[in-house]
Amino acid sequence: MSFSSLAILTLIGSFLMLRGFQTFQSEGLHFITGFEWTSTVNDGVETSTFGLGSMLIGTLLISGTALVIGVPLSVLTALYLNFYAPMQIRKFMVTILDLMAAFPSILYGLWGYFILMPMAEYWAKLLYKYLGWIPAFSVPQPAFTRSPFVAGLVLAIMIIPIITSVSREVFSQTPLDRIQAAYALGATKWKMIKTVVLPFGSGGVVGGAMLGLGRAMGETVAVYMVLNIAFSANLKVLYGVGGNVASMIVSRWGESTLLESKALLAAGFVLFMMTLAVNFLANFIVKRAIKSGK
Amino acid sequence: MTTYAPTKPWQPTKVDIGKNVLGLLIALVVSFVVVQLTPMKGKLAYAGVLFISATVIQVGMKWISRGRMAAIDGLASSIAFTGSVIVFLPVVSILYTTISKGVKGLHWTLFTDSMENSSYLDPIGMGGILHAIVGTMYMIIIASVISVPLSILTALYLTEIKGKAAGFIQFLVQAMSGVPSVVAGIFIYAALLLNTSFRGSGITGALPLAILMIPTVTRTAQEVLLLIPNDLREAGQALGATQWKTVITIVVPAARSGLVTAVILGVARIAGETAPLLFTIGGSDKVNWNPFNGPQSALPYYVWKGLISGTPEAVQRSWTAILVLLMIVLFFFSIARYFSRQRMK
Amino acid sequence: MSDEMKDGENMSTANVTGSKALSDVAASRLRDSVPGNIPIGTGLEARNIHAWFSKHLAVEDVSLDFNAGTVTALIGPSGCGKSTFIRTINRMHEFIPGAAMAGEVLLNGEDVYARGVDVTKIRLKIGMVFQKPNPFPSMTIGENVLSGLKLAQLKVANKDDLMEDCLERAGLWSEVKDRLGAHAGGLSGGQQQRLCIARSLAVNPKVLLMDEPCSALDPGSTLRIEETIHELSKTMTIIIVTHNMQQAARVSDYTAFFLSDGGPGKLIEVGPTSEIFSRPRDQRTENYVSGRFG
Repeated sequence: MSFSSLAILTLIGSFLMLRGFQTFQSEGLHFITGFEWTSTVNDGVETSTFGLGSMLIGTLLISGTALVIGVPLSVLTALYLNFYAPMQIRKFMVTILDLMAAFPSILYGLWGYFILMPMAEYWAKLLYKYLGWIPAFSVPQPAFTRSPFVAGLVLAIMIIPIITSVSREVFSQTPLDRIQAAYALGATKWKMIKTVVLPFGSGGVVGGAMLGLGRAMGETVAVYMVLNIAFSANLKVLYGVGGNVASMIVSRWGESTLLESKALLAAGFVLFMMTLAVNFLANFIVKRAIKSGK
Repeated sequence: MTTYAPTKPWQPTKVDIGKNVLGLLIALVVSFVVVQLTPMKGKLAYAGVLFISATVIQVGMKWISRGRMAAIDGLASSIAFTGSVIVFLPVVSILYTTISKGVKGLHWTLFTDSMENSSYLDPIGMGGILHAIVGTMYMIIIASVISVPLSILTALYLTEIKGKAAGFIQFLVQAMSGVPSVVAGIFIYAALLLNTSFRGSGITGALPLAILMIPTVTRTAQEVLLLIPNDLREAGQALGATQWKTVITIVVPAARSGLVTAVILGVARIAGETAPLLFTIGGSDKVNWNPFNGPQSALPYYVWKGLISGTPEAVQRSWTAILVLLMIVLFFFSIARYFSRQRMK
Repeated sequence: MSDEMKDGENMSTANVTGSKALSDVAASRLRDSVPGNIPIGTGLEARNIHAWFSKHLAVEDVSLDFNAGTVTALIGPSGCGKSTFIRTINRMHEFIPGAAMAGEVLLNGEDVYARGVDVTKIRLKIGMVFQKPNPFPSMTIGENVLSGLKLAQLKVANKDDLMEDCLERAGLWSEVKDRLGAHAGGLSGGQQQRLCIARSLAVNPKVLLMDEPCSALDPGSTLRIEETIHELSKTMTIIIVTHNMQQAARVSDYTAFFLSDGGPGKLIEVGPTSEIFSRPRDQRTENYVSGRFG
């Protein structure tokens, strides 16, 4: 009965593998490293090149942006809730965080597109204006909407609840005697946090960040809505083009030929493997951080 | 006998609080002035300058009265507070937007009509989301029927029976919890719909949702079961019951409300899932009371379709539908919290 | 004798609240009502200390004078408020949610609870060593010793000299001088505790509070630490809470006996150690030191 979980998981892996195998056969490693994704039909003969490279880069770019924005905010919130907030505010914010985790991702997509994007565009223009000399913030043309920056922002908001929750748990397990030792030496609250809580909890925060990363990597509809999905290996986070593997699958699905749909299945397999690896690493780190007590 | 009353001399006095309020007022004035004088504009500019000036003033006050360490401590607490406020704002915005935009599309026939006879592009008063609501209802029911027994049994196996395969099963549950929703959808498609004569229907739509629901329910159920004190189990076994009997007759009823919470959390999770449905549900515009045959709709799918259509009417439909969906998710969310609070007592 | 005590309890003074001082005369008469409480000078003085945990009164009306350069042992059965009492001295009691107090703690004549007092500065002058050794695991041995300086951002002319001095006074220098860069976790329990003593010495406290510092250690380490206490008392005031009566007899100049009869803990008797153990004035003290209960 519980072996059903086992069965399902193995089935996922094997089926995607089987169906996508054809693509692997023809493309080989090129499937992962290549940057072109084309499929043309000439006189009934289909020629195609499928390369996930640009989407893998895109996945990393928007997930990375989400982490850069989300992790500091999560850690600050966790510190505030655990060490500074009065009881009422703490309970309230915990409810808010649970609520954030419960919102459907398509809601984030809708809100992200209609409400956040105009603001993000404004911020992107500001960033470009003052920091455009940094290569990552430069753009080939002034196209700031539907950029990896906006996608990263939306993803950051989506992953903040999980990172905050894990961070809070780890921080709350800081051994009391070390905290007392710091205070007895005349430390202020911040000094105590910096010397005792943060070193103790850093492992857990990393684990939480990886859980957030796993979630961000697999996010589909929210990314689809706020990002202009195209196969372009774009590292300029303010420039309006990019994608991640999940949203790419959805965007190409409707009009895909048979061969392409098999490639999309193979892409799904690659995505599955990636998120699996990240999640395992994350769970391992979190467990170890909570158990060891360093 | 002298009487001493308990005091807390370390807490801020009225004078301290007064100073803080004064500092805040000064910050308000400063931010107003700054925004008028500089090219910055908009509510965001006000808020940003207000935070910065309030922080500067508070930190400055601390520095003057207590020195550098206290000032740094004050700065740290301000920054932590600011972080929390930033996290709080999007939630407020999302709730406000959804309600204010969604409400505009509410009309009498919303819950009684489907889109069978209207198109997304038609004016709002035409058509409705009955088919989507029916579809979502089926999704929830079918996914629960499939996943709940599996999840509860797995959780019981992991916490109570702890057999030899437990480590491996735990590992698998963990792996499943990381499966992206789109992958679950593709899998069901590849397994059941590709190169077969089956077409998307209610049940094929619910299957990926079941896959997504299992790890959530299992993990929460595990946590709940672990909270049941061992004395109960020992009491059952001391009475001569086998392990399974103890579990069924003693542990499960004791954990009842927690298990219900676990299921509801799982339902809340999948009720709003969109991506898997795009591959497996078929997508219908009319009400389909048969989940086993023929394309279905669901609220997230309906929202998606409206967005793809793109016109203002269609987008309005999406907002209204997502308002309904949000209400449903919040409903489950509140019930789950109610049950878990019951448990705490 | 018991009549004297009753007189003291029936003394009516003005109804006082908060930390307003009693008149000096009333204060000294209250102190004198406790057998053997001969005023032994200033340095640190606790007056009418009460301590609450929410509504529960844990320590009732304790007044003690601690002469500079002496070691005072606080003895008594578990749970009679000794640890709570010393935590009101260095203002660690207030960290407990719901904590409240009344009374004054005068360091060099000034109340540490006075309004406007910087509590972190107080804790630099009144150090604390805990029951369970708690060196900071993320720091090396050398860093641990100097951690108090770092926490309070104190500048010192020569850090290495200070480090050696503190470790020497704590009786640890010879054992660790070659491995100051090693992590503190590798030391034995006794060594860790001496490291904690060295750490609290680095910020130059006038008073050192020790809460059962040897109860988690082996007899050999205990003896070493008792030697250290003897040396340290030449330059500071030491207050040590201990369950071990032999230790109190070995180490202290004065001994104070606490007792709780199910209610709040109270000070029963205080006096020179030799007298407390050979000719105690209160029957309960005699019962305790002769082992009839405890």
